[in-house]
Amino acid sequence: MATHEIKVKINGAEHEAKVESRLLLVHLLRENLGMTGTHIGCDTTHCGACTVLLDGVPVKSCTVLAVQADGRDVMTVEGLEKDGQLHPVQEGFWQEHGLQCGFCTPGMMLTGYALLQNNPDPGEPEIRQAISGNLCRCTGYVNIVKSIQHAAGKLRPAVEA
Amino acid sequence: MIPALFDYHAPSTLEEALALLQDHRDDVKVLSGGQSLLPLLKLRLGSAGHLVDIGRIPGLEYIEERDGHLAIGGRTRESALERSEIVRTKYPLLADTAAVIADPLVRNLATVGGNLAHGDPANDHPATMLALRAEVVAAGPNGTRTIPIDDFFLGLFWTALEPDEILTEIRVPTPPLRSGGAYFKLERKVGDFATAASAVQVSLGEDGTVARAGICLTNAGPKPVRATEAESFLAGKQPGDEVIAEAARLAASAASPTPDRRGSVEFKREVARVLTARALKRALQRARGEH
Amino acid sequence: MEPKTSATVCGMGHSMKRKEDPRFLRGQGRYVDDIKLPGMVHLDIVRSPYAHAKITAIRTEKALATPGVLAVITGETLAQFNLHWMPTLMSDTQMVLPTEKVMYQAQEVAAVIATDRYTAADGVEAVEVDYEPLPVVVDPFKALEPGAPVLRTDKPGKTDNLIFHWEAGDRAATDKAFAEADVTVKQDVYLPRIHVASIETCGCVADFNKATGHLTVYMTTQAPHAIRTVFALVAGHVGLSEEKIRIVAPDIGGGFGGKVPVYPGYVIAVAASVVLGKPVKWVEDRMENLQADSFARDYHMTAELAATKEGKMTALRIKTLADHGYADAAANPSKFPAGLFSICTGSYDLPHAFAEVDAAYTNKPPGGIAYRCSFRVTEAAHVIERITDVLAQELKMDPAELRFKNFIQPDKFPYKSILGWEYDSGDYPAALKKAMERIGYDELRKEQAEKRERGELMGIGISSFTEIVGAGPSKDFDILGIKMFDSAEIRVHPTGKAMARFGTKSQGQGHETTYAQIVAEELGIPAAHIQVEEGDTDTAPYGLGTYASRSTPTAGAAAAIAARKIRDKAKKIAAYLLEASEDDLEWETGKFFVKGAPQKSKTIQEIALAAYTNHPPGMEAGLEAVNYYDPPNLTFPFGSYICVVDLDRGTGEVKIRRFMAVDDCGNIINPMIVDGQIHGGLSMGMAPALMEEITYDESGNVSGGSFMDYLVPTSMETPNWETDKTVTPSPHHPLGAKGVGESATVGAPPAIANAVVDALAHLGVRHIDIPITPEKVWKILHEKGVAE
Repeated sequence: MATHEIKVKINGAEHEAKVESRLLLVHLLRENLGMTGTHIGCDTTHCGACTVLLDGVPVKSCTVLAVQADGRDVMTVEGLEKDGQLHPVQEGFWQEHGLQCGFCTPGMMLTGYALLQNNPDPGEPEIRQAISGNLCRCTGYVNIVKSIQHAAGKLRPAVEA
Repeated sequence: MIPALFDYHAPSTLEEALALLQDHRDDVKVLSGGQSLLPLLKLRLGSAGHLVDIGRIPGLEYIEERDGHLAIGGRTRESALERSEIVRTKYPLLADTAAVIADPLVRNLATVGGNLAHGDPANDHPATMLALRAEVVAAGPNGTRTIPIDDFFLGLFWTALEPDEILTEIRVPTPPLRSGGAYFKLERKVGDFATAASAVQVSLGEDGTVARAGICLTNAGPKPVRATEAESFLAGKQPGDEVIAEAARLAASAASPTPDRRGSVEFKREVARVLTARALKRALQRARGEH
Repeated sequence: MEPKTSATVCGMGHSMKRKEDPRFLRGQGRYVDDIKLPGMVHLDIVRSPYAHAKITAIRTEKALATPGVLAVITGETLAQFNLHWMPTLMSDTQMVLPTEKVMYQAQEVAAVIATDRYTAADGVEAVEVDYEPLPVVVDPFKALEPGAPVLRTDKPGKTDNLIFHWEAGDRAATDKAFAEADVTVKQDVYLPRIHVASIETCGCVADFNKATGHLTVYMTTQAPHAIRTVFALVAGHVGLSEEKIRIVAPDIGGGFGGKVPVYPGYVIAVAASVVLGKPVKWVEDRMENLQADSFARDYHMTAELAATKEGKMTALRIKTLADHGYADAAANPSKFPAGLFSICTGSYDLPHAFAEVDAAYTNKPPGGIAYRCSFRVTEAAHVIERITDVLAQELKMDPAELRFKNFIQPDKFPYKSILGWEYDSGDYPAALKKAMERIGYDELRKEQAEKRERGELMGIGISSFTEIVGAGPSKDFDILGIKMFDSAEIRVHPTGKAMARFGTKSQGQGHETTYAQIVAEELGIPAAHIQVEEGDTDTAPYGLGTYASRSTPTAGAAAAIAARKIRDKAKKIAAYLLEASEDDLEWETGKFFVKGAPQKSKTIQEIALAAYTNHPPGMEAGLEAVNYYDPPNLTFPFGSYICVVDLDRGTGEVKIRRFMAVDDCGNIINPMIVDGQIHGGLSMGMAPALMEEITYDESGNVSGGSFMDYLVPTSMETPNWETDKTVTPSPHHPLGAKGVGESATVGAPPAIANAVVDALAHLGVRHIDIPITPEKVWKILHEKGVAE
């Protein structure tokens, strides 16, 4: 069976890997590259614990082949913090108690991050809609909504400036 | 959940892709968005020795009006449809549908072509495209052909696409003035297939009577269901409450759903009726410009 | 309650940002599946397609021929070591791997170990098993009928499928009260089989070192110490000795009770590591998780309530059939086979009550677990809150009024219930009044009346529940005889910072913050300077783990008492340093000072340094303490919830418009965390009320075994919860606190069910079993002729 030499940019850094056709992107990240912030929760594209940004768009990395990411840009939870500064989305989740067990959190934050890229001032219904592909069992979502709103508030002045 | 072994191919042109399909004719699947195919492979409910990923072929993702129709590239993502201005303003049935397929993350990868080519009557686009009387363009070894949507769905997971063909475009006729559409879906939660759903597209004459109606049902049989009796009943009528109710009743009578965890046959059929009435009302409002 | 400490110290009452969050926010949490050890191999499991079948052959040749497959383990392999069966916590037995027959669909049949998880999955596909199907028993009622196939043929002399019969209360007195009652109502109530479905599934990395005989198991467990002892007891005969076993529960991605039991996968992984001498990782996938791990509920109850015509409740009688699957593997640490079900008199002052439970074996996975509650409390709360509404309907009385009439009054606490529990504290009328005011109960009733005129269906549901948490006093609870204390060990370092270790294990509850705040409250050391550790049996003091909302009631109390011991020693050191008598010293957060001379003082940090550098002659150096806390009683948090629903007459959909939760968990340590716990509990209450359920067809085929059909709510189905509090401290807890993590899971389902029934009550509807799906509502609408 075929293997493929792939190059993937992950959080700004180029990675090269030799992968089997069937290797899933989530396993490339977790097993081959040791980036374990991206989690696996369901295998059937329902829970979103494995969410990463593929060319800036949130997708479920348990339902993408690693080889499909060849030549593309992947952002994971490990890429949110810049120069030792938490991203406002991370700050929001901390401030508003948007996480409990932390397992859905990386995917949830990346979905929130992507939402705010396109919509700097989302209302509660828009946030609920945006995160409806990410399951959380601990928080009841109330504080996740607040967390993303908190991040939006922090990001807005920066966008205007 | 680990898929069995397969070989992955990423052709950069349609010709290469078609050649690969021919080479591996009995043991190959086209990988578009992968949001149905990869779960099937992971669950080992389906298998293929070869996957041909059409993701690297340029020119398969677009939404544009030309020659009296809306042309949608086969690999166009559902999320693109959802965001498209022209879809929102002129093809509200499509916009409604795209917004309730699976979940927002899945829609970022799932494609319109894949949603049709999978041949799953539980998918949402089949009924929608039937209601819109779309055409499907398929590329094969002998060039391209167009398939009227009514001839496209042959059975459960079975379409008119040959194993060596690729769905490259969907053509949705541009609705005339005074047209509107709507999609109503009952789902158990976000991400679920429809318990029942109804796609309605209507065009009105100057006098407000129904010139043409498309009424189609999701997950109501082995194929997407066109409610022909309801459609012809509506034609030429002033669509008041009683007419709407009768059309919905006729539509529901065309449904032959199977019982499952989503509900009994009776429940699904009744919900199809209720949703058809609601979709029809919304479609009529839109046709009249009452948004 | 205003915090007594400054924002710097951050003791009780501060909404401190969580100390554990920085690693989770960066994707640096360390969950079991993140652990990668040198030479580690992967285990995957072959599972049965049949619910009941004889295994006639297992052929492993093809699997073993798959490149990368290292071994296949079967029941026969384990039988060589007498490890193919294991005891359950309920003195029953369950299979690790079968040698003769399988008892439920998805049961473990064999295990494949391979170099990576992909190859292990291929190996599983290649194992061939021959089965001879046997008659399947799915319905627990049929299981107990004469002539039903006997499932546990492994038990010599077993001639039926009855697991136990259990009773609480005085049957004769209760029957008499019923005979004399003005009014009686009766209702069948079923709570279906559900699953906690934590987003992280279960798994472990077992690492046996052949040279030293040490076994380390990193595992998804809520109770690492208890697991260590269980492993030592179960596998002692093959040389696993407790001092050489180390259980590490790393970060846990949600537990909710599902990570209390010992699943066969853990044991097989340990056996594989012992056999191969390599670290072995096993992580189940979601379908395995839902189909084979312990379920919750599955309680068939028939409740009866007797009352005077004025609405004073006089007696409660409940008969229950429990479906335990093929083994009683309940994660139930109480001394009662039906757990704490006898809390079923709830918040009401009932003079007579009798409850009985029969439990049956069926061809389903073994269990059960609690699903975010003390064992069987949700069942008890649901049945009493439902039957109370049925009575209100019978009496044509407002359900709030009926509750006020029957509440245990605040001056009755501590209150001894007729079924034997001593409720520590409560003010039930205050909580219900507050909930009614906050939601505008009277206006909602007016709106409902107007809507009914127009044919619109709206319902208002109340639940005034009492929880029973904090297992527990050792008279009522033990695990394998080990008393249900929990522990804290605090060490104050020379620089005035501290380490605190506990026998519990957070799965998201925020222990690293809450415990730090308790120690900060007691010692005045800033919570930011207190490092909390749990989950490693080599370092933490022995404890029984985290479930049943027991961490704050037990380990939290232990933290306070250990800190007070440290303060006692600190006082001696301060007296020495200040050259004053101990009697002349007073404590103010973070320092001792001389009465009348506040400028003469020593801070806890100064005292800590002196404890290592300048302590009184004759005193031991150091500043540390440990406490094992066996609580004198359980804690009884409570609340009143009001839910408002609108029903869709066309589709039967239930829309929760508002949900007001007033909770009372005594004194609050971190209000932000408490609110988060309530939000989560409400969501896990709503889920089974409206969506979640696992069912089986007649052949024992499971349905609801993946996230396609096991409906965990998304942000779109979940309403925006509203919360408020009353505070009635626990009189016996050192901090006046009660457990809170599970109150909402217990209280929410009946509020929702009562609201939906209320919306249909005028049509003569008295009860709907949960989950209240659109179809169930639609069927009623259809039958009553009011469907759209």
